[in-house]
Amino acid sequence: MTGERADGLAVDAQVRRGEFLLDVALSVAPGQVVGVLGPNGAGKSTLLKALAGLIPVTTGQITLRGTVLDDATAGTFVEPAARPVGFVFQDYRLFPHLSVLENVAFAPRARRRGKREARSAAAGWLDRLRLADLAQRKPSALSGGQAQRVALARALAGEPGLLLLDEPLSALDAGTRLDVQAELRTHLSEFTGPCLIVTHDPLEALVLADRLIVLEDGRIVQQGEPAQVARQPATDYVAKLVGLNLYAGHADGAVVKLADGGTFVIPDRGQHGDVLVSVRPSAVAVSQRPPQASSPRNVWPARVAGLTLLADRVRLDLEGNPATLADVTPAAVAELSLEPGSQVWLAVKATDLEVYFRDPLSGAGTREPGPAEPTEYQ
Amino acid sequence: MALLAPGLVALAFLVLPLIGLVIRAPWGHLGSVLSGTDALQALELSLWTATVATGVALVIGVPLAWLLARTVFPGQRLLRALVTLPLVLPPVVGGVALLLVFGRAGFIGRLLNSWFGLTIPFTPVAVVMAETFVAMPFLIVTVEGALRSANLGYEEAAATMGATKMMVFRRVTVPMIAPSLGAGAVLCWARALGEFGATITFAGSFPGQTETMPIAVYYALETDPDAAIALSLILLVVSIAVLVSLRDRWLRGGSTQ
Repeated sequence: MTGERADGLAVDAQVRRGEFLLDVALSVAPGQVVGVLGPNGAGKSTLLKALAGLIPVTTGQITLRGTVLDDATAGTFVEPAARPVGFVFQDYRLFPHLSVLENVAFAPRARRRGKREARSAAAGWLDRLRLADLAQRKPSALSGGQAQRVALARALAGEPGLLLLDEPLSALDAGTRLDVQAELRTHLSEFTGPCLIVTHDPLEALVLADRLIVLEDGRIVQQGEPAQVARQPATDYVAKLVGLNLYAGHADGAVVKLADGGTFVIPDRGQHGDVLVSVRPSAVAVSQRPPQASSPRNVWPARVAGLTLLADRVRLDLEGNPATLADVTPAAVAELSLEPGSQVWLAVKATDLEVYFRDPLSGAGTREPGPAEPTEYQ
Repeated sequence: MALLAPGLVALAFLVLPLIGLVIRAPWGHLGSVLSGTDALQALELSLWTATVATGVALVIGVPLAWLLARTVFPGQRLLRALVTLPLVLPPVVGGVALLLVFGRAGFIGRLLNSWFGLTIPFTPVAVVMAETFVAMPFLIVTVEGALRSANLGYEEAAATMGATKMMVFRRVTVPMIAPSLGAGAVLCWARALGEFGATITFAGSFPGQTETMPIAVYYALETDPDAAIALSLILLVVSIAVLVSLRDRWLRGGSTQ
């Protein structure tokens, strides 16, 4: 932690905007890409703007490579123009009156480099991002994917010490997004400073980020490695994002009493106290009759409240104790003649339940050492 | 259809006088009429004073528009009202006011006179001042509107790249509002060219010195009606040229941008 503070980005700051309060403490090591996830209005963009100096912090401190950018107590505030920041905006903000080359050259130019030097630096970046052919075009003549790459080139051309990307791919259509995403991954991994990328697409975060931070209502509710966050969501928002059922409850050995009603049988790992339980919808078995259990499993009746067709399966919204989402094949829907109102039985193997203590800030969800399990996350 | 008749009356009222002007023009000897009077002198004076007035308005009016659009300070609403006042003020009142302040006895005029021996009224400088007073608000209002509706995101982006405020203004803000800036300047220039009341009050009507085209037209009407018509024709042509240059902006029905 302290090592990161010396040469990376360290933030412990609050930003108040009317009723809204952003209150975050985080540090990002050089070369690390942190994905900032969160629902709309969680404060993701506010965080980036505060880092760029576009919004001053109300209290607290922001330090980059040991240089104080903000210190509310000491009255230190480094103007946006004096911060070594590269910012890729959600809407790119390419200057419409300048060509692609001039847009990219604007950054080195603004950092007091000579005109010719700035242009050759810009040309170099365009080459690296395979944009050389577009140098003379105006932004209005670019496709979404091209504009995104130009915006990235422009941010990198200023040779920033801190790279900030605000939903860089959200304006792209699904097809282009995957291509640009892969390319962005390459460029981000080459960047040597700390990097924050705001997104509300979990897949994007998983592909692009080394670490995730989940913001809700101005606070960090979870942080950790992407795989871990995806497997052990700390809040309903994260669970929904990664497509898991999430329950809060109280564990007592082999039994978890759920806060909203119902109980789960879990492998007894000696866990006692408030825990979270996550279940993949595909791990929930649906049948018409109560299954005859041989291994320890959870069985309970439920009523189908709704069906949604996903790519290759059908997601059932089930009312019961507890309520749950279950994924079945379209064939199973026909076989079981499922429709809203159908009564069914649900079964979940105890070993398919992910049980972990609430520990939002490590996000690690202190897991008791148990038998090695195959990683089910993909 | 009850609206058709009054509508046509209005149209005729606006267009007929102009047609009359064109018909009555001494087409046969236009050249000799114009060269035989002080017309060219007046035209030359009008063109350069209107151009200088527009230049002055750009240099000091655009920063004021920026202050009105991009900053917040107490009394801003009042100030905005004051800035637009010359748009509705009878120009002759503006001329009287300028005379009272910059005239020989005015509190600034007296200082200029005693310190530098300068006298402003009834000089070409006074013409430029009168025109600037009346015309600059057109530029300020147009540019302020453009600055207000401009996307601040681009300026924010420029700032994150390290651009100073001046560089942001020069390389981002001004190019982005260029169309409005141009339109405001043309409007300002056209208004300055047609200025009469404030000019004749503050600058008088000395041929070659302060007698601009509109003033020349006014006097020629008494002595040489043909010359007055010929001069008016020139002003009409200039006005049409201005309208054509602004057509995309003002003549597209209902649009304000």
